[in-house]
This record gives sequence, C-alpha cells and structure tokens, in this order.
Amino acid sequence: MGHEYVPEIAVDREGQEHKVQGWQDDLYGAKLGFWLFMFTEVLMFGAMFMALTYYFTLHHDDFLIASSSLNRVLGGTNTVVLLFSALTMGLGLLKMRHGDVKGAKLMIWATILLALVFLGIKAVEWTAEYHHGVFLGLDALQAGNEHSKPFGQILFFGMYFTMTGIHGFHIIIGIGIMLWLLKRINAGKVTPKHHILHFNIALYWDLVHLIWVFVFPYYYMIGAGLTGGAH
Amino acid sequence: MSKTYFDETHCAIGHPKSTFMQWMLTIDHKRIGLMYAAVMFTFFFIAVATAMAMRIELFAPGAQIMDGDTFNQAFTLHGVIMVFLFIIPGIPAIFGNIVMPLMIGAKDVSFPRLNWFTFWLYIFGCIIAVSSLWVGNGFADTGWTFYAPYSLNTGTNVIMTLVAAFVLGMASILTGLNFLVTIHRLRAPGMGFFKMPLFVWGIYATAWIQLLATPVVGITLVLAIMEKYFGIGIFDPSKGGDPVLFQHLFWIYSHPAVYLMILPAFGIMSEIIPVFSRREIFGYRTIALSSASIAGIGYIVWGHHLYTSGMADIAKVVFSFLTFFVAVPTGIKFYDWIATMYKGKIILSTPMLWALGTIVTFAIGGLTGVTIAMVGVDIHLQDTYYTVAHFHYAILGGVVFLLFAGMHYWFPLVTGKMYSETKAKIAFWMNFIGFNVLWFPMFIAGYYGMPRRYFDYLPEFEVYHQISFVGAVIFISGLLYMFYVLIQAWRKGEDAGLNPWNATTLEWHMPTSPPPLENHSKVPYVDFDPYEYENGKAKVEFDLETMKRID
Repeated sequence: MGHEYVPEIAVDREGQEHKVQGWQDDLYGAKLGFWLFMFTEVLMFGAMFMALTYYFTLHHDDFLIASSSLNRVLGGTNTVVLLFSALTMGLGLLKMRHGDVKGAKLMIWATILLALVFLGIKAVEWTAEYHHGVFLGLDALQAGNEHSKPFGQILFFGMYFTMTGIHGFHIIIGIGIMLWLLKRINAGKVTPKHHILHFNIALYWDLVHLIWVFVFPYYYMIGAGLTGGAH
Repeated sequence: MSKTYFDETHCAIGHPKSTFMQWMLTIDHKRIGLMYAAVMFTFFFIAVATAMAMRIELFAPGAQIMDGDTFNQAFTLHGVIMVFLFIIPGIPAIFGNIVMPLMIGAKDVSFPRLNWFTFWLYIFGCIIAVSSLWVGNGFADTGWTFYAPYSLNTGTNVIMTLVAAFVLGMASILTGLNFLVTIHRLRAPGMGFFKMPLFVWGIYATAWIQLLATPVVGITLVLAIMEKYFGIGIFDPSKGGDPVLFQHLFWIYSHPAVYLMILPAFGIMSEIIPVFSRREIFGYRTIALSSASIAGIGYIVWGHHLYTSGMADIAKVVFSFLTFFVAVPTGIKFYDWIATMYKGKIILSTPMLWALGTIVTFAIGGLTGVTIAMVGVDIHLQDTYYTVAHFHYAILGGVVFLLFAGMHYWFPLVTGKMYSETKAKIAFWMNFIGFNVLWFPMFIAGYYGMPRRYFDYLPEFEVYHQISFVGAVIFISGLLYMFYVLIQAWRKGEDAGLNPWNATTLEWHMPTSPPPLENHSKVPYVDFDPYEYENGKAKVEFDLETMKRID
C-alpha cells in the first residue's frame, strides 16, 4: 500500500507537541465501530423477539403446541455445537494474542468446522420439517385451505423459519469472513501485534451464538412441557 | 506534509489513471459528498416533478391528467424518493461528508473505504427503488409508509420498494456508524466535545439515531417481505396478525427519522447565525445538549402517529405529553439563535436569508405540529391537508431550506467560486414566497376537511388547490433559478478566496480553496471555542501553512 503511516504532530501555542490520531492504525476506533455495528444487530433481532413475545401473548396455546413439535434433540445439539464454536473462537483469539499463530489458525478451522456441523444439523431439521409439510410457502403454513394450521401456529412457524433463517445467514457470513481471516493471516496482514480483524470477527461470532442462545429457548423450549415432543 | 497510507489518487481499489475512475473509486470524503449531492439533487427534481404532476391533477375537481391509481403511485413515488433517497440521507451524506471531517480537523472519516462502499450501497438501493417503476406491476401505490394490510394485498411491486428501503437503511446505518467513530476518535488535539462546531453536534446526534433506529425498520420491512411472499401472517389480520404492530415497528424508526432529518439542519443554522451576526453563539451548551435531548426524546414519541389506529387511551395521553416535550429543546434552540442575533452585526447574505426564512417557516411547521400532537385535535385533523402542510412546513421549510442555506454557505468552500449575491437573493425570495403560497392554503383546506392522498375533491376546495398551484409554479421556478445561478457560478464565477464569510470554524482555514486531498496542511491544536468573535471580527487567526495560531 505504499507508504508507512506516520502519525502527525500538532503543536499548541506553548510549543508542546500533541500526537494526532489518524484514521489509519486506529485500533480503538475499529473496536468502537464494530461494537456499534453489533448494537444494530441486537436491535434488529430485538425487534423480532419483541414481535414474537407479543404474539406469544395473543396465541398462547398455538405457540406451545407448535413449539412442542420442534425437534429438541437436534436443536439442543446445535446449541452445544455453537457454544463449543464460541469456545474455539475465543481460544483462537487468545492464542493469537500470545503469538501462537499456528494454534490460532487451527482454532479458526475448528470454528469453521463446528459452524458447518451446525448448518448440517439445521439442514437435517429443516428437511424433516419440510417432509412433515411444515415449511414456508407450503399449504400447512398458508391460511384458508384444508391443510391450514391454526393462525397462531402459522405465525410461530413463519417466525421460526424467518429468524433461524436470518441466523443461519449470519453463520454463513461468519464462515465466509473466517476464511477471509485465514487468508489475511497467511498473507501476514493479521499478526499477533495487529489482530483487530481477528478480534472483531470473534466479536461477531459471539453475537451469532448469543442470538442463538435466545432463539433456542424461545422456539424449542416453550412447548417442552407438552407431550408429543421430539419426533 | 506527511505521506499517508494511500497514494495521491485516494482510491479504494488500485491506482486508476483516468479521472472518471478516480472519482468512482474515491475514498476522499469531499468527493464522496459531492457525488452524493449530484445523485440526491437529481432524485430531488424527479420527486419535485412528480409533485408538480399531482398539483396539475388537483387543479380542478375530477380527473385531469391521471386516474386515481396513477395518483396513488405518484404520491408513493414522491414520498419514497423524497424520504428515503433524499431527505433522510441528505444533509449527513452531503455536508456530513464534505464538511464534518474538515470541521474537526480530521484527514478523512474513520473508515474511508466503508464510506466508499456505503455510497455505492446507496446507489444500489436507488437503482432498486427506481427500477420497480418498470419491473412487475408498476410502482407501489401504498404511500411511503407501506401500511399493512394494504401493502400486503396490493398487486403493485411493493417488494422491490421494500428491499430498496432496506438497502438504503443499511447505507444509512453505516454512514451513522462511520460518523460516530469519526467524531469520537478523529477530533484534532485539544478539541473536546464542547469545542466542536454545532454542526458536528447535529451530525453526532443524528448518527446515533441512524444507528439505533434504522435496524428496527429494516427488520420490519424484511418481515413484511416474508409476509408477502410466504403469508406467515405477522401483519395481516385475516391471517391472525396485527396490522397495528407494523405501525408501531415502522414509527419506532420513522418518527426518530424526522429528527434525524432536522438535527443536522439545525446544525447548519447554528453555523450560519453566529457567522453572519459576527457574534459568539448564545448558549452553546444548551444548543449542543438540546440536539442530544431531541434525539433522546424523539425515540419515545412514535405513538402520536397511531392516535386513530387503535391504541389504549392512556397510551395516547402519554405519547401526546411526550410529544410536547420535544418542543422544549427545539424552542431553546430558537431562543438561542435569536439571542445570538441580538446586538449582533447582522449581514444579510444569501445563507443568512435562508436561515432567517427558515426561522419563519419552521416556526409555523413546528407549532402546527404541536397542535396535532394533541389527541383531540388530531382526531379532527389527521389525514387531512393540515397534516400535509405541517409536514412540508417542517421538512421542506425546515430541513430542505436549511440544506439550501448550507449549500449557499459552503458553496465557496466546495467550489472555490462565489455566486452572484443579487441573483441568489432573487432565487431565495422566489422560493420563500412560492413556498408559502403553495403550502399555507393547505392548512385552511385541511382544517375544513380536505383529505390527503385523494386525486379528486369537492368543489368548495377548488380555490385552495388553485392558489397552491400558483405557489407551486413560483416555487419550482425559484428552485430551477437557484440551481441555475449556482451552476453558472461554479462554471464561471469569480474566485471566492479562502474565507469569504470571515467564519471562525476550522473548515474555512484551508491552504487552498477548494480544499486539497487530505485537507489541512497540518492538524491544528484547538484551544479556542468554535465561534470566537470580538467586536465583529474573528478572533482566532491561523498561519495556513503550519496551522499555528498567529493572533
């Protein structure tokens, strides 16, 4: 990229020198920016959780019945997988900080692997639901035909597919940026001394699993008390 | 001058040779701001033309040039372009980009590449919005608010418009994020928060709203898209959903959005008033903090859009009182501006004329807003021309007038040229008179019950529409003349010099006019307040090469 960045010096009237913060090499600024971005993600999912809570009060029983038909074994496994991936991501960042680049790369690969496992389980789950006739756009989730489920259940499944879908989209993006991170590490652009990209991606990954930690009880567990559970 | 990260082309990718590609890939905040301005004013005139078509249609009762369905699409197009493409991103994207980093003595925004990406995301959103005119079953006919359930049932191409609004929202979030980090991190040494120029305060408050409110409307639009494609029943009452929830989610963003429009505009006002009164601003801290409190209170007033939509009475009363509270910090600002002018050496240059005109028009717009914030009055006036007139007095007479004020104020900075004061003043008077003739009759027509968004009306309203039409003609001629004067000045105006207004803020202390890439030759040390005047003269002077104070 050409020239090495040298911070500028401003001189006040007494002749004292003050270091100027440039936009280059602004570690704190990069962190702040990403935290603000995380904030927008929280608000986005927050609005959906709010709508969900509201409809839970409107269609209480339908929500419980719909929830009880979800597969808690697969959902629970996915929760564990995602929490483990958060652990590997965190360990990777620690290793990077302590200068163990090879270990950090290993941990990122482990995170990518766990993310793929998560997506795989999710795919199994969605396929099973599809074969039960429960999927976006299928008759059971459309109002006004002979297969229609009650309003509340249509809403529940509609929101379920929307939110887990958007969450899954975040996982896919996460895998993409982790691969990019590996490329940057290999190119020597991300080093133990300059690992802000790694830091921010770890932050992103934390948010992804944090959202799931709320999605799981809201969808899978509210109906756990009803019989007829996993199938 | 220290070399930086990038070479002289300042591009996001590579080092293109051609000027055109250098502009397309530029990360320089001033160039990005100018490109925003070019695109936005183009859209502005498209929306103005749509509005004029509606005025012609409304010249007499009955159908003149379009039928009802076309009229519905026309006001949707007008609203979508004006709100999402022009006013919401407007002042932050144009002047926030061009002027804000200069004002705080920064070399650029915190994430220049993100800024470049944001611009193209905005363009992408614009393309989606406009292309839905030709794709599918025609442009949306729902109004810019996309209220459910109609937006879910109409056959027109609502989905593309929703996607466009979502993409534009993302661009808005990223702009806000960028500015927040810039203002937190890149202020020149010595410049504390209370030494920032007030325009920067306006941008700062705005950026928080962009960041915190936009995601909610974004996801609401996504849910509406899911609803429309898959019928999941979130907002459609025939499927068990609640249409009022859509309104809540929509206005949680879209009401703060009007403060998002006005706060940077107030910032421009706070720049112009002290400069052309040659006096230090009265109550600097109250203006700065009132920006922050307007942003804060603005969050909890959205319910006043739902007085007639089905909401608990106690909620209506609470929202009504909260709405009155917004008028308090706004009033404080107005008193501060007027107190600044008191005993000042007022110079009636064009930017000052626009600012003073805005004091009149925005006072009308703001106070009529207080009347319809009352629950009882609003039951009578909601969805009438009164509301339309209120909104346009506040947004057109407030935000856009101040945008024009800023445009005249910073024109010499951006172009290095000076326009003809006489011609620019004529343009101002055409706009000001045309504006009032156009909108004021609507207060009366609305009070007597003329509903908005109708393409036909009872004969008794004819006179108001015809006066409005005359106003519209004067107003649009004024707009065209104003842009003509400015473009002529840019092409063959006289050189303006470095600081034609004798302003005190940092953006006027550049080594060249227009400012060079990378801005100030040296970053100054800020040990002075932004508007220090003494006996009608600027107190702080700089040696522009070293940026050291020489006063």
